[in-house]
Amino acid sequence: MMASSQVNGPARAVHSPAGWGLSLGRLFTQHPIASRLVSLGLFFLIWEIAGRVPISYAFPTFLETLSAFVTMLFDGSLFAAYGSTLQPLIIGIAISGAVGVALGIVMGLSRTAEWLVAPLFIVLQSAPMAALIPLITFVYGIGLAAKTLAVIMLALPVVVLNGYKAVRNANPSLVAMCYSFQGTKLQQIAKIIIPDASPVIFAGLRLGLAAGFIGVILAELLITPTGIGDLITYHRSVANYAEMYAAVVSIILVSTLTLAALEAFEVRVLRPEKRRG
Amino acid sequence: MTSSTASIHALPRAESAAVEVRSICKNYKEVEALRSIDLDFPRGKLTTLLGPSGCGKTTLLKIIAGLVEPTSGEVRVNGKPVTGPGPERAFVFQDFALMPWATVMRNVAFGLELKGMGKAERQSIARHYIAEVGLTGFEDKYPHELSGGMRQRVGLARAFAVNAEVLLLDEPFSAVDEQNRRKFQEDLLRLVEKERKTFIFVTHSIEEAVYVSDRIVLLSRRPSRVSQIIEPKVDRTASPDAIRRDQGYLDTVEEIWQGLKHYVD
Amino acid sequence: MTLYGYRVPMMASLLVWCGIWELVGQSGLMFLVPPLSAVLVAGYAMVQTGTWQAAAMITLHSFAVGMALAVVVGISLGVLMGRFKAVDELFSIWVNIFVSAPLSALVPVLMILFGMGETTVIVTVFLFAVWIIVLDTRAGIQHVPKSLIEMGRSYGASTFALYGKIVLLAALPEILAGIRLGLVRGVKGVVIGQLLVAIIGYGELFELYSRSFDMENFWALTIILFAAAMLMSAAIEYIEKKVDYYAGVR
Repeated sequence: MMASSQVNGPARAVHSPAGWGLSLGRLFTQHPIASRLVSLGLFFLIWEIAGRVPISYAFPTFLETLSAFVTMLFDGSLFAAYGSTLQPLIIGIAISGAVGVALGIVMGLSRTAEWLVAPLFIVLQSAPMAALIPLITFVYGIGLAAKTLAVIMLALPVVVLNGYKAVRNANPSLVAMCYSFQGTKLQQIAKIIIPDASPVIFAGLRLGLAAGFIGVILAELLITPTGIGDLITYHRSVANYAEMYAAVVSIILVSTLTLAALEAFEVRVLRPEKRRG
Repeated sequence: MTSSTASIHALPRAESAAVEVRSICKNYKEVEALRSIDLDFPRGKLTTLLGPSGCGKTTLLKIIAGLVEPTSGEVRVNGKPVTGPGPERAFVFQDFALMPWATVMRNVAFGLELKGMGKAERQSIARHYIAEVGLTGFEDKYPHELSGGMRQRVGLARAFAVNAEVLLLDEPFSAVDEQNRRKFQEDLLRLVEKERKTFIFVTHSIEEAVYVSDRIVLLSRRPSRVSQIIEPKVDRTASPDAIRRDQGYLDTVEEIWQGLKHYVD
Repeated sequence: MTLYGYRVPMMASLLVWCGIWELVGQSGLMFLVPPLSAVLVAGYAMVQTGTWQAAAMITLHSFAVGMALAVVVGISLGVLMGRFKAVDELFSIWVNIFVSAPLSALVPVLMILFGMGETTVIVTVFLFAVWIIVLDTRAGIQHVPKSLIEMGRSYGASTFALYGKIVLLAALPEILAGIRLGLVRGVKGVVIGQLLVAIIGYGELFELYSRSFDMENFWALTIILFAAAMLMSAAIEYIEKKVDYYAGVR
């Protein structure tokens, strides 16, 4: 098994579900809790020591960062920031999901649509779309729409490509089964192809969300000073390094936990056949 | 015990045939898979297509099912030409083709669901056939919770549920382990007896063919032609264990092996 | 926003999209989208300027150094994780977190630690690229058939020879796939890093052209960037295919 994906060929998987996504979920099943705690503890210990040396005037200790995190949690500034950050993220992923799944299905079913659209998204998938974020401001200003668009720009290609590959690779044996029982084309799509493709489509949404997190943070740092990005920029500008680090760690934590939860859901609900072993 | 006479059999009269295959040819690009196959499948009997691997027996079955288009020739079911899958035929797949996201109940009722039958009605039919194949109590299980043999029983129940006259079985036991296969073969014989349908069965196992079949069609190597038709004279009223020790059964197996041996290299 | 395309093998439909781009640009409906032909003309002129060449050099340099570090560290860590369970348990949680974490949030931290210069961009490239290389290398090493290693031992291979002649070569297809994905991520890293630092290389030019509404040059810059990313990815894919012919029989 390749732990990775092939990006440049329509016939291959975009990000094989067993790749870096699944391994995240294995964190919570495969490795004993003890070794994970040791690993975390060791990291925090090194951080604490490095902060006390200190290796840089702008490098707070772990405990300082932790206390800043707790303070921000209770004074409500974290919650306000996340409200502003997560909203465009959710809207952006919802739009990417709807457009991506629809486009993916159309491409998976029509060779013409595949020829026309797939190469475009293959290019967009491996191109540094972040370069275009500065342009968004010209059209959408610095509001919610701009951030949402940043999320869509980064998330849409992977969502579309996963949807397309899932539909294109729907189990031919099940499709033949449906045909042999005189299922109509519509029944074939609704009852066989979409359910069969749904785990991979969902995995695409999860990868899209990971890309969307990068997009929304980038938009907040570059063009619209709001949300968690603003929290990072603000605390940096007033040299509150502990608060700045806490904000950075919190966004990594939030994204990791969200992605792991989605992956656990995917394994539990969408892939019952993979649950064993 | 009956003695076995295995002989080339004259084609039965057309009106008694449920399925007629007329000069079917199938080419995959340059490869000639089937060459001018003419066959009749008598109503209410189990006919087996047997031949060396890669001889195109599955292709022929899929052409009868309407899943594959022949290059030339015609298949008629009850006198009507086949242009695609139809309600009078049901297919049992080698790899089971069960929907992993659906329960045994929904899988068995799926053919009826596609026809638009109401939920209560189709579930009561499905429940009957789930019982017939011996899976009562497994209605709410998912395919991944079943063994290979049980999964194929689901596939068989699904084919029975749509009440087709002709059942097409594509190496249904090849992905089932040996012990389960034997049990399954015995159950199949009982169902053949009970359901009175026309069965067309593809296998590469000589013993299996002789054990379950009324007629065995031997296909030659590619390009495939009908090389021999054998009617094993086996007393099926005897117990399964007696049949497997029956001299007629053993002789027929040996005779087919002698005929096929020169294809194996 | 979806109208760019450049040479990718067997992807003729991109020409259709280029045509659409040209038409949209000619119609003048969106001031953000100048005609493709104008962009190409601007690009031709741009690549001859010293500004662009300097920016391209510094960008390439940051990218190359960051990628080289990522490849060396990624393969080493991946091999260690693949071979030693203790190393695997110690690092796997971090590798798995960082491979999908929003690393763009980390760049401001890098900026105060490493300054507003090239070092920050190099570290960004490294952080974007390294984790997927680790994961793929680890997977590749773990899938090296045990019998192959036992064969090497039984014929008396030293540890050095065992790794150099058997393990790394057997895992090569996965490692190359990891490097290719790392490359794609590294390009994203260099762009994100330079955009946030905003005073060096391509980031500076992007900043300059978008602020002065110089869309021809902005898109020319984008096309060159996308093309470079695709070409690099295609080159690694070519090597992967060369390697695949023996990988298939493992």
